[in-house]
Amino acid sequence: MANDATIDEVCVTAIADSFRGDGEILCNPIGNIPVIAGRLAKATFEPAMVMTDTVSVLAANTIPIGEPNAEKLVEAWMPYRDLFDIVWSGRRHIVMGASQIDPHGNQNFAAIGDWKKPKAQLLGLRGAPGNLVNNTTSYWIPNHSTRSFVQKVDIVSGPGYDRVSKLSNEIQQNHEIRKVVSNLGVFNFSNSEKRMQLVSNHPDVTVEEIIAATGFELLVPDKIEETRMPTKEELKLIREVIDPHGLRKSEFVKK
Amino acid sequence: MGCSSVEVVIDKKMTEKEVIEELSDGMTIGIGGWGSRRKPMSLVRAIARSDLKDLTIVSYGGPDIGLLCATGKIRKAIYGFVSLDSIPLEPHFRNAKQEGTIETSELDEGAFYLGLLAAAHRMPFYPTRAGMGSDMLMMNPDIKTIESPYKSSDGEKGEELVAIPALNLDVSLIHMNRADSQGNGQFLGPDLYFDDLFAKAAKCTFMSCEKIIPTEDFLKEGSVHTLKIPRLFVNGVIEAPRGAHFTECPPDYDRDEVFQSEYAASAKDLQSWENFKQKYLEVASHQEYLKAVDSRTQLEESQNG
Repeated sequence: MANDATIDEVCVTAIADSFRGDGEILCNPIGNIPVIAGRLAKATFEPAMVMTDTVSVLAANTIPIGEPNAEKLVEAWMPYRDLFDIVWSGRRHIVMGASQIDPHGNQNFAAIGDWKKPKAQLLGLRGAPGNLVNNTTSYWIPNHSTRSFVQKVDIVSGPGYDRVSKLSNEIQQNHEIRKVVSNLGVFNFSNSEKRMQLVSNHPDVTVEEIIAATGFELLVPDKIEETRMPTKEELKLIREVIDPHGLRKSEFVKK
Repeated sequence: MGCSSVEVVIDKKMTEKEVIEELSDGMTIGIGGWGSRRKPMSLVRAIARSDLKDLTIVSYGGPDIGLLCATGKIRKAIYGFVSLDSIPLEPHFRNAKQEGTIETSELDEGAFYLGLLAAAHRMPFYPTRAGMGSDMLMMNPDIKTIESPYKSSDGEKGEELVAIPALNLDVSLIHMNRADSQGNGQFLGPDLYFDDLFAKAAKCTFMSCEKIIPTEDFLKEGSVHTLKIPRLFVNGVIEAPRGAHFTECPPDYDRDEVFQSEYAASAKDLQSWENFKQKYLEVASHQEYLKAVDSRTQLEESQNG
């Protein structure tokens, strides 16, 4: 690697890049690595975005993760009821997890098996059904394997492009799965079939490894780039300002 | 005394036991709070100890749904999620779900809010896009879609939308930081959640609180914006200090994470559950429960020297 960035930090900047061009919207990442990524994007190239403190206010300053008593520059009150209003306004980009995702971007974190009596009850539908038909969504999947990248998900929490293509114009205009970032690479749906394609492989990961870890036929364009490395400025912000306790390490699953 | 001073003394003070007497088998009960935050736990525990059965529980679920699953009180749970926040999935609820012992209606979190709002406004449903395209409708075959009576942007016909049915409640249980004995409630934390809608969506609402104070003291505690539960939606007030334990109730107290871990571990097997139940549920009152909780921390402190 060109500098001493580790894979978790590469994933942070890959997720941060998904917010490029978003402007004055609610950047709403869920989970440690996505939150670090969102705060990094806001602190660098997307300063107009607003972000919550993950509790109940919008905070204008860059808050370190894992410090509930950190000083906050409060710019708005954001109880859950108002958060739903923002979801429905469409001015939001959420990053969620996925226990399963399929080639069309259908996502499941509800349950494995029959939903009535599942083999494994997971989080549930949560806000995924509403998120996908209202605002931009990206996914962070830290354990890329044939068990998480599957041909067919057991339950659709967040609908993908094949299902949405049958819905109203309004929903089709609202729906966008911007990016999928895993511990192996970066993916999107920017092709005429709206199927998952490889955008870049992370440093030290081969395209063959990614194909082997994917349980469906992944579109692989002729030209694949390597996921970019974080800059020195980004590394400094990640390590010293946003995540001084190294919470990004604990979330990251080594390949 | 320029204006005519008509003072009606209303006293809605009740005990947990008296609330239980107002409930009956098969009722649909809404529970306020959010996940493991400001849940009316002294009332939930009173239900868990009671003979009530076949309840339908409507909640942004946390240990309320978990405890009532573990004690076999629930026939059906209607929820946006069931989480302990720091523990993402409620373990007792997970057991009930995986064993198939309860019926469920799982809604998108925002759709759940619209169901409460519809009930509060006495509307049959509110429309939303949430649920279109996902498996929410497959999992809830009773929920219908409707065609908008207004033409959509492509000019063809009205947009198809999900009609979230009103979540009409027989009873709601909520917990506030402060209340007066007439039934006005005050939240002092960062989020009311949807407690006002739970109160408005129910025929009858019982509100526990950390402390009953005189009406004239409300504005010493917080700004006018914290007074979101007017008494016309409240039928009974229960003073229950630490009544939300082990869920959080800021600024009065944080979540008791140590106790929550103990509670979560009790879902591991039958023996662990029996131990937990005996120690913390099979007690005569909320006061006895708090004694059991405190004797545990005192023991820890003495062990830590």
